[in-house]
Amino acid sequence: MDAIVQWFVAPLQYEFMVKAVIVSGFVGLVCAVLSCYMTLKGWALMGDAVSHSVTPGVVLAYIFNLPFALGAFVFGVGSVLAIGFIKSKTRIKEDTVIGLVFTGFFALGLVLISKNPSNVDLMHILFGNVLGIPNGDVIQTFIIGSITLAAVAVLRKDLLLFCFDPTHARSIGLNTTALYYILLTLLSLTIVVALQAVGIILVIAMLITPGAIAYLLSDRFDHMMIFAMISGVISSVLGTYLSYHLDASTGGCIVVLQTVLFILTMIFAPKHGLLVKMRSEAT
Amino acid sequence: MVQRSFSIQVENVTVNYNGKTALHGATLALGEGTIAGLVGMNGSGKSTLFKAIMGFVTPTSGRVLINGLSIRSAQKRGLVAYVPQSEEVDWNFPVSVADVVMMGRYGHMNLLRIPRATDHRIVAESLERVQMTEFRNRQIGELSGGQKKRAFLARALAQRGTVLLLDEPFTGVDIKTEKAMIELLIELRDMGHTILVSTHDLTSVSTFCDQVVFINQTILAYGATQDVFTQENLNRTFGGVMPKLQFKKSQ
Ligand SMILES: Nc1ncnc2c1ncn2[C@@H]1O[C@H](COP(=O)(O)OP(=O)(O)OP(=O)(O)O)[C@@H](O)[C@H]1O
Ligand SMILES: [Mg+2]
Repeated sequence: MDAIVQWFVAPLQYEFMVKAVIVSGFVGLVCAVLSCYMTLKGWALMGDAVSHSVTPGVVLAYIFNLPFALGAFVFGVGSVLAIGFIKSKTRIKEDTVIGLVFTGFFALGLVLISKNPSNVDLMHILFGNVLGIPNGDVIQTFIIGSITLAAVAVLRKDLLLFCFDPTHARSIGLNTTALYYILLTLLSLTIVVALQAVGIILVIAMLITPGAIAYLLSDRFDHMMIFAMISGVISSVLGTYLSYHLDASTGGCIVVLQTVLFILTMIFAPKHGLLVKMRSEAT
Repeated sequence: MVQRSFSIQVENVTVNYNGKTALHGATLALGEGTIAGLVGMNGSGKSTLFKAIMGFVTPTSGRVLINGLSIRSAQKRGLVAYVPQSEEVDWNFPVSVADVVMMGRYGHMNLLRIPRATDHRIVAESLERVQMTEFRNRQIGELSGGQKKRAFLARALAQRGTVLLLDEPFTGVDIKTEKAMIELLIELRDMGHTILVSTHDLTSVSTFCDQVVFINQTILAYGATQDVFTQENLNRTFGGVMPKLQFKKSQ
């Protein structure tokens, strides 16, 4: 017992660890909230695309000494607009367009990073570095994350209806085009928030795994949201501790934990789990 | 305009899908408090007409007015409820039947969409009307095909619009439900609502529809049932394949 308490408490003597636990828990929360909409709307690929596409924005922001969130956001939204433009102007299918755009952006980002080879900060953007997060970035993360949470709190029902039945949303007078861009903007903002913790490459896991876990646990959206938040926060905080004790990649630890949670849920979920399904098929 | 504005007014509407015309020069005007049956063959443009009225397809010509308003303003005022022929939704979505019906009330709620007592009451009433109360807590996919249709009809009722557009609401529902739905439509009509309903059941059309609209790529005829529900119009609409009275075509 004492060993477990020590495992959690001892690292907190370091200020950087306190900061890291709080930031990663918060990031886990924001991502979990968005992940419910991403999984229900079927936007996993879109999320992956936006997260990779922000790379050149981050590097350029770094070069020009601007807040990296600004660069990330501009390129995140830019990738979405590029996808929308190419899709509507050509006969190419959407998944191909998404693949084209995000690899193009990401490759450009890699070229830019490789022109600044000694730059540790940029490597942190790719792989995340919550254990060494500077204070300025903490504040930025909390501001952007809070904006996202507030927006979802206000629009959660409209966004839900937009995901479920856009035809009906339109027929009761909602502006579905606006909702589409709002959801995409929130996605970009969340990615910006999550970069700190897990890095560009693993952001997508934070944006779909908690939603997928929660989706297996509930048939009610409100419950799904709560399950997603719980699994998102727990895996982020535990993952941060794990990475401290193991001296391993933080983003990696968080996502591995999430995946383990997902596998457990997939097997043991009370209604949609594999065990229950096997049992009901056997009888 | 000197004449009174109609509840549903379709003026010279033409719709193309990828260059192929599905509906051309469709014109229709329905006044308040009427049930109009829309009849035509498969592919005659019934669903297209509904979508054009709702603004889900953009006509290449013509216009649609609801109570004299553009469809967008009518929708923003919550005047129009539409039940499509088949719902294109994810049936595994984590919402209950009651949640779905409550979505019909969003237009009446504040920005946060927090339901008030009235909204809960109207949802309960709407579910009752289509005899779906016992299924209110089911996940939306855990229903039979007919029950799903009833759930979405309940949502349309919960909207409390005065113009109701129903695309084949009776397909796949049992005879008892169909009768109950028809009674409901008649009641709504008596309250002054305007209902456009497409159907393939020609025998029931003359029993509950005040007006009939014949469609085949365009609106061939419409008017009071006793005036327009004739063998001639049926033959024009269905290309002379009507079983009851077969006239020999003069070559
Ligand atoms: N999305 C679409 N793309 C291309 N063509 C379409 C589309 N929807 C309908 N059509 C065509 O438009 C015509 C009218 O279709 P519509 O769905 O309006 O017929 P309908 O009268 O509702 O038929 P049904 O009785 O089978 O429901 C048909 O020829 C159909 O093939
Ligand atoms: Mg149809």
